[in-house]
Amino acid sequence: MLVSSSEAKTWVVRDYLRCTGCRRCEIACALRHENQIWPEASRVRVFMLVPGVEVPHLCAQCTDYPCVNSCSSKALSVDEETSAVLVDRERCNACGACIHACPGNIPHLHPKDNYVLICDLCGGKPECARVCTEAGYDALRAIKEKPSISHNLFARRPEELTSNLAENLFGEKAKELI
Amino acid sequence: MTGGYAGKLVEVDLTKDKISQTQVDESILRQYVGGRGLGARILWDRLGSRWGKIDPLGPENLFLALTGPLTGYFHGTRICCTGKSPQSNGIIGSTLSGEFPMELKCAGWDGVIISGKAEEPVYIFIDNDRVETRSAKHLWGKDGKTSLKLLTKELKQELDKRYARLGIQKEPAILYIGPAGEKKVRTACVEQKWTHAAGYGGYGAVLGSKNVKAIAAKGNGPLPRVEDFERVKQLMKATERLSFTRDRTRRWGTGYSGYEVGARTSSEPVRNWQEEWHEEKSFGGVNFDSRFWVKRYWGDYGCAITCLKLAVIKAGPYKGAITDNPDYEMEAYMGPNLGIFNPEETVYLSSTIEDLGFSGINGANTLAFAAELYQRGILTKQDLDGVEPRWGDAKAFVELAKRIVERKGLYYDALAEGTYRAALKISKLKGVDVTPYAVQVKGVEVGAHGTRSGRDYTYDICYACSVQGGDHTSTVKDAYDDMDAVFDDSAVYCNVIAWGEEGTRGLQWQFLRAITGWKMTERQWKKEHGPRIVQIQRAAELIGGPDISWRPPKDDDNPPRFYEPLPSGPYKGYATRREDMEQKKTQYYKAVGWDSNGIPRSSVLKKLGLSDVDKALEEVRQKPKQACQ
Repeated sequence: MLVSSSEAKTWVVRDYLRCTGCRRCEIACALRHENQIWPEASRVRVFMLVPGVEVPHLCAQCTDYPCVNSCSSKALSVDEETSAVLVDRERCNACGACIHACPGNIPHLHPKDNYVLICDLCGGKPECARVCTEAGYDALRAIKEKPSISHNLFARRPEELTSNLAENLFGEKAKELI
Repeated sequence: MTGGYAGKLVEVDLTKDKISQTQVDESILRQYVGGRGLGARILWDRLGSRWGKIDPLGPENLFLALTGPLTGYFHGTRICCTGKSPQSNGIIGSTLSGEFPMELKCAGWDGVIISGKAEEPVYIFIDNDRVETRSAKHLWGKDGKTSLKLLTKELKQELDKRYARLGIQKEPAILYIGPAGEKKVRTACVEQKWTHAAGYGGYGAVLGSKNVKAIAAKGNGPLPRVEDFERVKQLMKATERLSFTRDRTRRWGTGYSGYEVGARTSSEPVRNWQEEWHEEKSFGGVNFDSRFWVKRYWGDYGCAITCLKLAVIKAGPYKGAITDNPDYEMEAYMGPNLGIFNPEETVYLSSTIEDLGFSGINGANTLAFAAELYQRGILTKQDLDGVEPRWGDAKAFVELAKRIVERKGLYYDALAEGTYRAALKISKLKGVDVTPYAVQVKGVEVGAHGTRSGRDYTYDICYACSVQGGDHTSTVKDAYDDMDAVFDDSAVYCNVIAWGEEGTRGLQWQFLRAITGWKMTERQWKKEHGPRIVQIQRAAELIGGPDISWRPPKDDDNPPRFYEPLPSGPYKGYATRREDMEQKKTQYYKAVGWDSNGIPRSSVLKKLGLSDVDKALEEVRQKPKQACQ
């Protein structure tokens, strides 16, 4: 599957250096989707492998959707309206193929139930970005933008991003901290 | 289970190498809530009958890390460390921020109780309902940043393997100690995230005495259910809205006070409190902010204030030093109080002592105490093995801190006992009374807000009558409003969010009701629940032991220095007045229900249902009489 849309879609811009580690995005996401405060059931998770290096980790809506292509049970589809990956809980058998297909290993299984968790962009108004912008941090910011292969580059493992960001924040010292 | 609680505590008996769980009766939770309050109750239940005999650094003591029902819901997660304090020999509730309490509650635990002593260094790993102790030999002796790095890495890899089916796992959160705790330095703190520390009480030394390097937690579940979730969600929004209006605290944290508290209120410690005024613009907030802050907003789980800032030195002799802001307390204690007025050196010192796990308030207070003794020619270069702690010499202070933590030599070993005990020991060794230079209250070094100018929030009895001694986060004034801080520490949430004019505007009481379903009001807390906790803490500190105990009313006093007139600044000549102090102390005793000797009255204790505490105090009641005879 390859989506090449000329229409602007929802995207969450991430500016990692502005992330405060407050994780209000996790709270907002879990409240919307689970109606509980549940960090591991949040579709956006903030990794902190090194203090001060907080990495909000959420679906980047790659234009080639490797996760969707990897799904043999047809549980994943793309929302034409928003570009988000939608999970059909009934069809998903929690096989984990999409987790491995994602270059950033962003999808993860629900900690209690048997289906995968992927950001659905809250139908076009992502809660994570709303609370981040509301707080004035803008580490996550919702915009409308044409899908771009540059977005694909944000599907990265937390370790990779951590090492980039640590160098940016701490300079040469970063090597000792990771 | 009552809303807001996971419903169980994990117990780790290190001597027997046994792990079990404990449930706390709802009636106890209703009375003591959690954190500092519940900790005091548990300590009293288990150790109260032989309190005076328990060595705070012996295997009989307990280390508790407790959350409260508001933890995770009221934004700004903290956890309360407690036990018999090796500083006051009473009970101190000492909180620190970070993600550990969040992981712990999501793992299904309200807290951890550690008893006994491990034969070899260990760490405790709480992975949901699976709890183990493991060897920490590879971590022992390592500084804070290295310990955290190694442990995070190995546990993250293990979790990724264990839960491979679920996808990659978030890292666990970790409470740990540095070399200071390992060496049982009484000013050792418990830390999280490099820079966050619980310093008051000396609980880093308690963990060290038990051979515990760290406690790691990972929870995959949700926060415990609450009674009225819709209401809790509304309250979360309301507190966030209040927090967002506090632009100054958000923007600058407490870090601009390093200039202001000196220049404006004249209540900042300078050279071991010999002065409390400075207007060194070189030390102003803007020089930290513009030069070192690489993250201007940094916070812990759920925080809408993010008063922390990440400071990094990127060039020059101190390259690679990292700390938060520093916040006001670190700024004052690792700046002016050591005669340092150079932001770069303050960041470097903060970073170093955090790596040592040496409390930036308590331990740094001891550094300044030693420097004053050096200034006065009482401690010499020879006593300190060649180190000369001259005011303003950051490198000398780093060396001093490192050697105190190593405890090598007579005087370093004495200084590792904290300011009060060091003063007693050095007085003996030198045959000179050095206690007038010890700025502490009942064994707890005083926070960086002086009482002399009368322009800060602290004055006369604030520290003198507090059951937490020099703790600037739990000062007293009228035995009623004081209970706010007791609540912060017992419901366990961040008191930076609670203080100030905007503060929480009473939302914390509404939170408690919505979370637990209890009908408790602010008044009930302040008249009954809070005082109950304070009376237990008071009894514990009065009994004290085995090495020291306090004799009120003598020891309910300020450091001698606070009665010396300020020598400089706009409030030159001002001092805390002994007459005011004595008068307010009498009023305070009356208000809180203590007799003229500062001992809780039988009738008051019985009314609060504390007959056991009353009985234990009989011995103490005899003491002042004996002293009079």
